Amino acid sequence: MAKVKGDIIVDIEKCKGCEVCIDACPTHTIEMSEKVNGKGYHFMQNVHDACTGCTNCAIVCPDGVITVYRIKV
Amino acid sequence: MSDTITKEQIFKPENIVYKKTDLMTDNVLSYCPGCGHGTTHRILMEVIDEMGLQSETIGIAPVGCSVLAYDFMNVDMQQAAHGRAPALATAIKRLLPNKTVFSYQGDGDLAAIGTAETIHACNRGENFTTIFINNGIYGMTGGQMAPTTLEGMKSSTSPYGREWHAMGHPLKMTELVARLPGTYYVTRQAVHTPAAVRKAKKAIRKAIELQQQKVGMTFVEVVSNCNSGWKMTPVNANKWMVENMFPFYPLGDIKVDGKLVKEV
Repeated sequence: MAKVKGDIIVDIEKCKGCEVCIDACPTHTIEMSEKVNGKGYHFMQNVHDACTGCTNCAIVCPDGVITVYRIKV
Repeated sequence: MSDTITKEQIFKPENIVYKKTDLMTDNVLSYCPGCGHGTTHRILMEVIDEMGLQSETIGIAPVGCSVLAYDFMNVDMQQAAHGRAPALATAIKRLLPNKTVFSYQGDGDLAAIGTAETIHACNRGENFTTIFINNGIYGMTGGQMAPTTLEGMKSSTSPYGREWHAMGHPLKMTELVARLPGTYYVTRQAVHTPAAVRKAKKAIRKAIELQQQKVGMTFVEVVSNCNSGWKMTPVNANKWMVENMFPFYPLGDIKVDGKLVKEV
C-alpha cells in the first residue's frame, strides 16, 4: 500500500496540450483529455488515483499549469 | 486506508508540494506548446524566489521568441536591442553592482547578431549571468537556419539540410566562451525531463550564487527544442533533440571555478 497519496490540480485554460508531462509520469496517472479547452487544446488530466505526488509532471510543464498536493496516509 | 482519503482532504493549502512560483506572472506564456522557454523561465524564477532576490534582480530580455520575457517574469526587466543584451547587462551591473543581473538570450540573439557583445562581455569578465537558450534555429521568424543549426539539419532556409561548404559549420558558442579567461562557470543543460530540469535549476542557482561572489561571467546554456521550427510534435522534438542535438552539444559542466573540466 502506498505510503503517500498525491493529486494534481490543472489550470485547464492555460494547458497547451504539449504532452511532455505524460512521459514524465512514473505511475501513468495522467492522460490527455478528449475534451478541449477554450483555445482548442486537449488538456492533461488525472485519470486514476495512483498519483504519488512526485511533482515530475509539474516540473517539466513548460507552462507551469500543474499544482501538486501530497499527504501521508 | 488510502481508499478513505477524499479529494477534499488532499486539496488543502498545507499539502501543496509544488506550485508555480509567484515570480512568474499569471499571463499565459506566448510560447508554442512544449517549448523549453517556459520551463527555463520558471526554474530561473524559482531560483530567484528561493534566494529571496526578487527586489534585487534585474533581467535583460532579448529579441526573439523570449522578447516578451518581461511579461512573464515578475522582476525588474529591461529589453535590449537585438543582440545587445550583454552590453546592457554590463551597464546595469556596473552602475548597480549590488543587484543580481541576468541576461536571457536565444541563439539568434546571442550566437548570431550579438556574437561580438557576448564574446567581449565574457572576455572582460563582466559579473553577470547569461542564460543562453539554444534550439538550433531562428524560432520566432519561422525556423530559418541559425549559426547553431546542426550539419544536415533541415530548416526553412536550408531545405536540403545544412551543408558546410555553402553554409558553414555550426557554432559551439558555449565552448567558445569557456576558453575566454573572463568566464568562471560555463555549463550546458537541458529541460526535457524532470531530472534534466532539476540539474538545470541547480546550475542556474550555482551561477547566481557565484555572481554574488563577484567572480566573473557565469554562463548557462540550455539546449531546448523548437517543435514548431523543427515541424515536430513536442514529444518527438524532445526525442530528436536527445538523438541529434546532444551528441553535438553534450550536456554537462564545461568550466568550473575558472578551470576547464572538459576538452573543448
